[in-house]
Amino acid sequence: MSIIECAMGAFQIISLDGSADEEHLPELSTSQMLKMYRDMVLARRLDSWLMRLQRMGRVAIHAPSEGQEAAMVGSAHALETEDWVFPSYREMPVYIARGVPISELLNRQFSNEEDPLHGHDMAVYGSRRYQIIPAPVPVGMQIPMAVGFAMAAKYRGEKAVAITYFGDGATSKGDFHEALNFAGVFKAPVVFFCQNNQYAISCPYSRQTATKTIAEKAVAYGFEGVWVDGNDILACYSATKRAIEKARRGEGPTLIEAFTYRLGPHTTADDPSRYREQAEVEKWREKDPIARFKRFLVRRGLWSEEDDAKLYEEIEEDIKREIEQAERKQPLRPDVIFADVYGSEPWHLAEERDELSRLI
Amino acid sequence: MAVIPLAQAINQALREEMRRDDRVIVMGEDVGRRGGVFLCTEGLYEEFGPDRVIDTPLAESAIVGVALGMAIYGLRPVAEIQFADFIYGGFDQIVSNIAKIRYRSGGQFSAPLVIRAPYGGGVKGGLHHSQSPEAYFIHTAGLKVVIPSTPYDAKGLLISAIRDEDPVIFFEPKRIYRSVKGEVPEGDYTVPIGVSRLVREGSDVSLITYGAMVYECEAAAEKAEKEGISVEVLDLRSLLPFDGEAIIKTVRKTGRPIIVHEAPKICGFGAEIAAFIAEREILSLQSPIIRVAGYDTPFPLVHEHLYLPNERRILDAIRKAISF
Ligand SMILES: Cc1ncc(C[n+]2csc(CCOP(=O)(O)OP(=O)(O)O)c2C)c(N)n1
Repeated sequence: MSIIECAMGAFQIISLDGSADEEHLPELSTSQMLKMYRDMVLARRLDSWLMRLQRMGRVAIHAPSEGQEAAMVGSAHALETEDWVFPSYREMPVYIARGVPISELLNRQFSNEEDPLHGHDMAVYGSRRYQIIPAPVPVGMQIPMAVGFAMAAKYRGEKAVAITYFGDGATSKGDFHEALNFAGVFKAPVVFFCQNNQYAISCPYSRQTATKTIAEKAVAYGFEGVWVDGNDILACYSATKRAIEKARRGEGPTLIEAFTYRLGPHTTADDPSRYREQAEVEKWREKDPIARFKRFLVRRGLWSEEDDAKLYEEIEEDIKREIEQAERKQPLRPDVIFADVYGSEPWHLAEERDELSRLI
Repeated sequence: MAVIPLAQAINQALREEMRRDDRVIVMGEDVGRRGGVFLCTEGLYEEFGPDRVIDTPLAESAIVGVALGMAIYGLRPVAEIQFADFIYGGFDQIVSNIAKIRYRSGGQFSAPLVIRAPYGGGVKGGLHHSQSPEAYFIHTAGLKVVIPSTPYDAKGLLISAIRDEDPVIFFEPKRIYRSVKGEVPEGDYTVPIGVSRLVREGSDVSLITYGAMVYECEAAAEKAEKEGISVEVLDLRSLLPFDGEAIIKTVRKTGRPIIVHEAPKICGFGAEIAAFIAEREILSLQSPIIRVAGYDTPFPLVHEHLYLPNERRILDAIRKAISF
């Protein structure tokens, strides 16, 4: 799918009714596809639990991913273990698809003693082991970082590709434009994955750009842009797979725009009724990416209502058990405040740490 | 007189100035339809329309850079940065362009604009929703920096800032946006930039502070009173220009200055105040100048209540000053 084809509409494989464009079906085994489906459902259910836990005051804040699971799970399944992820703060489904156990995600959310970020940040997650850089809260910061990482991998002759996730709002930032320009100039093995969920908090897409698509911006930086139906998991998978393989072959960056919709609030602190009509949300609910993929699987005889009910039940139990365990773990010690500021602690921090322990 | 929260006083100042002067424009992320994420601009979009209440693209550098262009044209833009933590994206424009346009044009051009930003901790916002970056801007010649702590001052100072002939960075202590309420007169009044407010009189120790820390200082002063220590609390309100006269006065009176702020200690604004006192009033001192500040770490997510100066830490400093 090139930028010229974009004029015709976003790249799609699965239609709303679950029928498929056979010609473009990616090569995926049944078990792979069922794993993708499971990841979407797990992400959706965990998301809903986190929203609830926040309302009960048990976790601090959450940026929901409801409605965007196809874009995230589809793209993340196109990555190899050697690839690196530079996410934004909404990418929990990516972590799940990357194989991060939900226990780890919950340790982070509850900031307990096993929080991999040591209670320092509310970015959803980050882990060297899973090759995920913790999402920076300031919008767009991860984009140049991903380019630098990709350039370094190229310099070392490694095959790793960097993928970076960001929203439509982020494309207004200099960081985005400067990073794309760098990537074009240095042919960095990087994939820019924009989830255009049509809102940046309350600001609609039309407040971020006057172009019809984000994808077409790639042209100005000298590489390919792809416009994909972000609620179609197979289209997101295929487009990302192509871009990753291209980058790995040394043929440079790609900008993918997954056109999707944020069904929930921006975060638990947001009230979308202040800026959008419920009717619009309902219209997009009909395009629910999980329902669409399920229809596809059922149509092909790979999945049934019974399977589905069982899956939901299983996932519910897993999540409840993990929440209970994460909540039972010890809180972080107060002096964790002073951990991780430098590689080794300078004298003034040691002094401040002593003062804190004297006072509590 | 109506008793309203600090956030609403800001809203009132903006509304009244926009009614009074059609050069006043409000711009920023989510300031329009959404009314700002803290609702400081609530209702302005409905009253003044999209040309004067501008929901901008997500781009801090352009928000402040564009505000500068408007100011040079002759408008009075009030740009909102959604959280002070995101002001760094516009830092280059602010320190290299906005702060210097008067100087580098030999006084031909100026930047009468306001940059408003909620700042500070206490809302469990983690390290990118809690910072106190005032020192970077105080350090930059050409900028004025203001931090109100009461609804009355918030309105009066914001009106002064909008009418000021130079760029004003207006940091709002978000943790007390709703919790602190106070009497605010409807209609026009100003609180002059550069003048502090004596919150509480005392004779043994001076707490010199600003922002949400004013309330921690008051609480500590109450406690100290019970121990027989008389504590004065000075709310600076303006950090640049700061009220040097009032600082000297209180130091002469008590001889024991303690500076309290949320920002980290090293090179924080307290360092400037300490140096100012040391240079001018060293012979009045009866104890070392003490700073109670945020620790020199990034702002933590968990245990922020231990990171921020609180009554206990301030009281500890008061006792230290007294027993020196
Ligand atoms: C530099 C910066 N400015 C402002 C904010 C406050 N903020 C947080 S998310 C957001 C909107 C982001 O929209 P988008 O990039 O489209 O991503 P989405 O949230 O829709 O996933 C804003 C304005 C921020 N985090 N960082």
